[in-house]
This record gives sequence, C-alpha cells and structure tokens, in this order.
Amino acid sequence: MLRIDCPCCGPRDHDEFRYGGDASAVRPAHDDPDPEAWYRYVYVRKNPAGLHREFWQHVTGCRQWLVIERDTRNHAIASVGFTRNMPA
Amino acid sequence: MARYSAFSIFRNALSGQKNWRRAWRAAEPKPAYDVIVVGGGGHGLATAFYLAENHGIRNVAVLEKGYVGGGNVGRNTTVIRSNYLLDGNTQFYEFSVKLWEGLSRALNFNVMFSQRGQIVTAHSADQLDTFSHRANIMRLNGIDADILDRDAVRRLVPYLDFSETARFPIHGAILQGRAGTARHDAVAWGYARAADGHGVDIIQNCEVTGFVRNGERIVGVETSKGRIGAGKVGLAVAGHTSLLAAEAGLELPIESHVLQAFVTEPLKPLVDHVVAYGADHFYVSQSDKGGLVFGGNLDGYNSYAQRGNLGVVREVAEAAIALMPCISRVRLLRHWGGVMDMTPDASPIICPTPIEGLYLNGGWCYGGFKATPASGWCFAHMLATGKPHPLTAAYALDRFRTGHTLDEAGAGPSAWLQ
Repeated sequence: MLRIDCPCCGPRDHDEFRYGGDASAVRPAHDDPDPEAWYRYVYVRKNPAGLHREFWQHVTGCRQWLVIERDTRNHAIASVGFTRNMPA
Repeated sequence: MARYSAFSIFRNALSGQKNWRRAWRAAEPKPAYDVIVVGGGGHGLATAFYLAENHGIRNVAVLEKGYVGGGNVGRNTTVIRSNYLLDGNTQFYEFSVKLWEGLSRALNFNVMFSQRGQIVTAHSADQLDTFSHRANIMRLNGIDADILDRDAVRRLVPYLDFSETARFPIHGAILQGRAGTARHDAVAWGYARAADGHGVDIIQNCEVTGFVRNGERIVGVETSKGRIGAGKVGLAVAGHTSLLAAEAGLELPIESHVLQAFVTEPLKPLVDHVVAYGADHFYVSQSDKGGLVFGGNLDGYNSYAQRGNLGVVREVAEAAIALMPCISRVRLLRHWGGVMDMTPDASPIICPTPIEGLYLNGGWCYGGFKATPASGWCFAHMLATGKPHPLTAAYALDRFRTGHTLDEAGAGPSAWLQ
C-alpha cells in the first residue's frame, strides 16, 4: 500500500485519497488563443519513469488537495505539500 | 519451418519426442534491416509476420528487450471481443475477431481461440437501453449482438446473484456470441514461429536504448547488442511507448498505469462464458485449467512498477462477490500487474510520426490483446506503404488536436479514469 503523509492528518492509507493527475501540466492563460497550448495542457504528458509531481485529494480526510512527488518505478514518496502553496 | 500436423505428432512420437525442432531461431542482429519492429510482444510479432506474409518484406527484425511473451501479451486476461460502439472501433475490432477466427490455421499453431461468448450484465432499465443502442450499432456493422432479458441471463449464467438481496439486481445483458478467449502465450509463440518461418529475425534480450539519425530521418536503433540500421522503425512497446518515443524527441498523450489481473485456484467447470459486470468494473472467464481469470479497474495513478496495490485487490474481490456470491470462499492463486499505455480517450494510436522513418503503434490501454491480429495487419500495412490502413485511420495522433477523439468510455481527457 502507498502511505501518504498528509500534512493535516498524518500518514494515511492512499485509499483515502483520490488521484488528480500530473501536477506539472501548466494551464494556459484563460484568454490564450493558441490551440497548441491548450492541446498540450489537456493531453500531452511527460509520463516519466522516476519522480512525478501529481495531485491527490484527501477525500475521506481533510479534503485538502495535495501535491506529491512520487517515484513511478517504486512508489517511494519524496515530498508532500499543499497545492495552495505550490509555486504558480 | 517444419509444419505441425497429426502426422508430425505421430512421427515424433515414434522417435521418442527427441526430434522436435525449436519453434524459432535464436537470431543475432545483422548490420541492417528493411524494417525493425521494436517490441517482441503480440503486436510486434504479428506486425513482422504480416510484413512478410502480406507484403513480402522479409528482411525484418523484431527486437525484444526481454523474452518473447514476457511483457503485456502474457499479462492480460485473454478476452477477445468486438462489442464496440464508436465508428472506427467497431470495424477495427470486428476485423480483428475475423482474423482470430482463422488464426490457428493461418499460423499453423493452435492459439486455442474459444468463442464462448461474452455477456455484459445490465443493472437498470437505462443501462439495458444503452446496451440495445450498442447492439444496434454492432448489428449495423455486421457484428453479432443479442439483448437478453433477466430470465434469459438467468438461464445462461444461473450462478450470478439473482437473489432478492442483490445490491444491483440484473435487468438483462448484452451477449456477443463470437467473443471469447485465446491462449495468450500461444499467440506470441505462434506469431514468432510463423514470422521466423518467413525469415524474420526475432532477437531477444536486445533492448533499444536510442535512435540513429541521418539528418531528421531515423535510420536505425541503438541497442544493448550494438547499432542496427533500419529503413523504417516501428514501435510496438505498449506500456513503455512514451519512454522510447521520448528518446526520439516525441511527447505523446499517454500515461502509464498498472492494471492487475487475478487467477484463482482451479475449479470444476463453472463459468462457460466471459462475464462482465455492468455495475462495476469486473469481468471473469474460466481457463482451460480451471482457474477463474479476472480483472477490474486500473490502480489509478501513474506507474511503471509492474506490480499492483492491495486496495484494488479488495475492490475487485468485492465486485466479484457482488456478482458471483458462490466464489466468496475461492482462494486467489496469484495476481500480477501489467503496465498500460493509457491514452486520454481509451483508444490506441497507430500512425506515422512527425519523425521520418518512425512509426507508432501504442496507446492500447487495456484493450491490446484482442486487437493483436488486426493491429499487426494494419501496422504492417503502414510500415510497408508508409500510409495508415483505412481501418486505423481514426487512430491518428492528431485526433487530439482536431477534436476527433474516440472516447469509448466517455471519461474525458483523464487517462486514469478511462
């Protein structure tokens, strides 16, 4: 089992969380007219074998959205932080 | 290649089974090939076979980083069906089922294709309506489909939960009688042997680590066995497509996710069909050895780990028992994980890439096994002619740019929800 150390609730089983996808995809500005930028944001992913920054929500705990760095080869978690503290 | 026949069994029996020839040569790489297919799984081997069989291109190598049959072709749950709804999918997967129907004969190798039929249960009147819609689309495409009411389902599969206390009562089902299963290892071995018989070099333990370029064009691959030249390179490395494509400078709309599969201890014959649970994600068939083979949802987060997580084991077991309470005390023998190329619309990508000389066959999500013959057939066509086969025209990479996605699951652009 993955154990996620929630900054609010402490270490919890990952079944309490919902995966929210790749956190490194950057949303274009709301009025960005470039379809290529939107295509990349919606669809294209780096999909690394290694450290991956991703969103998780603690749905059955504090409901906070978190950003987690996890190794996709062995599920080792390098860091956990609040999404709201993420650099823009 | 010595052909298998009743006579060859008889002759080899007389000589104490000591003179069977190996099924394919242990080839070492030549300096260059007309076509290199990266990936010695079902799709790669099928591609090599059809390149030789349909197009007469025999100077072909299949490069496999491990051993033939050691990847996803040996990690799936062997289900074959063509009960699709969307244009592009229906025709492609039906073509595949038709190839399956003649595959053992075409390969001179028994792939044990068993058309036992697939039943997908419906658990509300609305769901049965959507299944009727699907059945109509299938029939319009010449694919067999039947809608069953509750009593008909009960007659076919009486061991499902038809009790008053069923959490999701069964209203009916959709049945595709020509769906079924095949022996997945045999598919890999059969294609490998038949391709080898046409002169294709199948090179195992040969990992592709990079590409050789001449200007913009790809003219070969770097491997753990050295540099090999190629007129064209086709990637068929599902699960690791994005890693290899990244070596060529391509970024793709693909995420890698783990899907688990399960086998129980052997039972007496119980499940005659492939049965899928319409109220949750669970499907089951019984192998010829008696084990129930089943699967469920993705683990749900990016992973290359080839191993699963116990949370999904529990979810799948819950779904299994909700549908078939009679197996609640059956023991699981083993379970395993395979790495899937998940695309944002759950449909594959088979297309020429923007890089000259490089062709892509990937993004199979968890539907790759049933597609094996058609995938190989169409990819071979593309490698031979440089153009997509009409049956895979809908699987172009630029469909995500142009909005022509084939979102069969209707889950939107979130690969882990497909």
